[in-house]
Amino acid sequence: METLEPILAAHPFLKGLEPDHLKLITGCASNVVFQPGQFIFREGEEANQFYIVREGKVVIETYSPVKGPIPIHTRQKGEVLGWSWLVPPYRWHFDARALELTRAIALDGKCLRQKCEDDHDFGYEIMKRFAFVIAERLEATRLQLLDVYGDRS
Amino acid sequence: MATVLERQIKMGDDNQNPMHPKLFKVMKVRKETHDTFSLNLEASDGSGGFHFQPGQFNMLYLFGVGEAPISISGDPGVKKTLTHTIRAVGAVTKGMMKLKKGDSLGVRGPYGTTWPTKEAEGKDVVIIAGGIGLAPLRPVIYHLLSNREKFGKTVLLYGARTPDDLLYVQELEQWRSRFDFEVLVTVDRALGKWQGNIEVVTRLIPKATYDPANSIAMVCGPSIMMRFTVLELMKQGLTQNQIYISEERNMKCGIGHCGHCQIEHIFVCKDGPVFRYDAMVELFKKRDI
Repeated sequence: METLEPILAAHPFLKGLEPDHLKLITGCASNVVFQPGQFIFREGEEANQFYIVREGKVVIETYSPVKGPIPIHTRQKGEVLGWSWLVPPYRWHFDARALELTRAIALDGKCLRQKCEDDHDFGYEIMKRFAFVIAERLEATRLQLLDVYGDRS
Repeated sequence: MATVLERQIKMGDDNQNPMHPKLFKVMKVRKETHDTFSLNLEASDGSGGFHFQPGQFNMLYLFGVGEAPISISGDPGVKKTLTHTIRAVGAVTKGMMKLKKGDSLGVRGPYGTTWPTKEAEGKDVVIIAGGIGLAPLRPVIYHLLSNREKFGKTVLLYGARTPDDLLYVQELEQWRSRFDFEVLVTVDRALGKWQGNIEVVTRLIPKATYDPANSIAMVCGPSIMMRFTVLELMKQGLTQNQIYISEERNMKCGIGHCGHCQIEHIFVCKDGPVFRYDAMVELFKKRDI
């Protein structure tokens, strides 16, 4: 049976990972599909996964009783969705909803957290890769906050 | 009622003076967004044919109010009509927003350097626009699409504040439907029915398909957006001499005489507005310019 290993190995987020580490992560992976409009996770729920998006588009959003859903940013093919699984108290801070039919690989965060504890080399690799994702998001958020297209830019 | 200058221009007075505008008639006004509009102009003397290169600008003179430098946003292949897309931000441009079909406008130009369409031949072309920065890049897009066989992969990455701030929405859809032109659009924020990307335009750069080693990037938008775009392009492997930017500065004469747009030794109006990034790299970093 074909495993997810070659797909994960080719993904930019995991590119260059040691074969042993790739095996560890593949053991925590499964294929998932979300229909348009389906919530992938909801604010406040336990964050026990992250996702590697293979096809489709996902919006990260919050909700205001006055304004309704407020989209914050979108994630799509080739990108990683979710890092709350890595940071206590392991709860989602926003909602994630599929905008289109979305295919992804779900990585079991609980399983990965344990493997990171057991194998610190593996844990360090995962942390380095997530630090990059988080830094990238922080920079993008700062740019969004700058409102560069506004009158005073 | 015609102003003195308008009457002088009609009489053909002082036509050799580079500061002397030529009279054009507004043929069409098109609202692009809540504060941005396009004017289609034709020469009032019926001479027809306005020749320009992508990236150049004109000084547009609103009689009785003043002059403003505005990039040409139309098709360089269509000589009869001169198109400008204008954001209403000051007295002159706000006044221009009130122009109607048949009104007159003074035009001096075209001025300035051009986007490197010749250098880009045989290469992939990555066009990155932010907000109204798409206007000065649209002539390049027309040129690329009219001469498609001369270029490698062509990519447009366009970001705006909200979906309502996107320019040329119908054209974006047409371009997006082509198989030989990759168009990615994003907005910084959106509410309602928007199903497109929500993220800053710099995040589109790693998603586009092009060969960084054999690409030319042309970037236009707000200064902060261009700085971060250049950083991301270089992260992808482009070098400083593969990146071109268009600088926007307050200009007065448009021909390098008055120094109004001067940044150290550079006159943006005549040395620019399009610069290769390696020529601007030090000035780009300075805080006080």
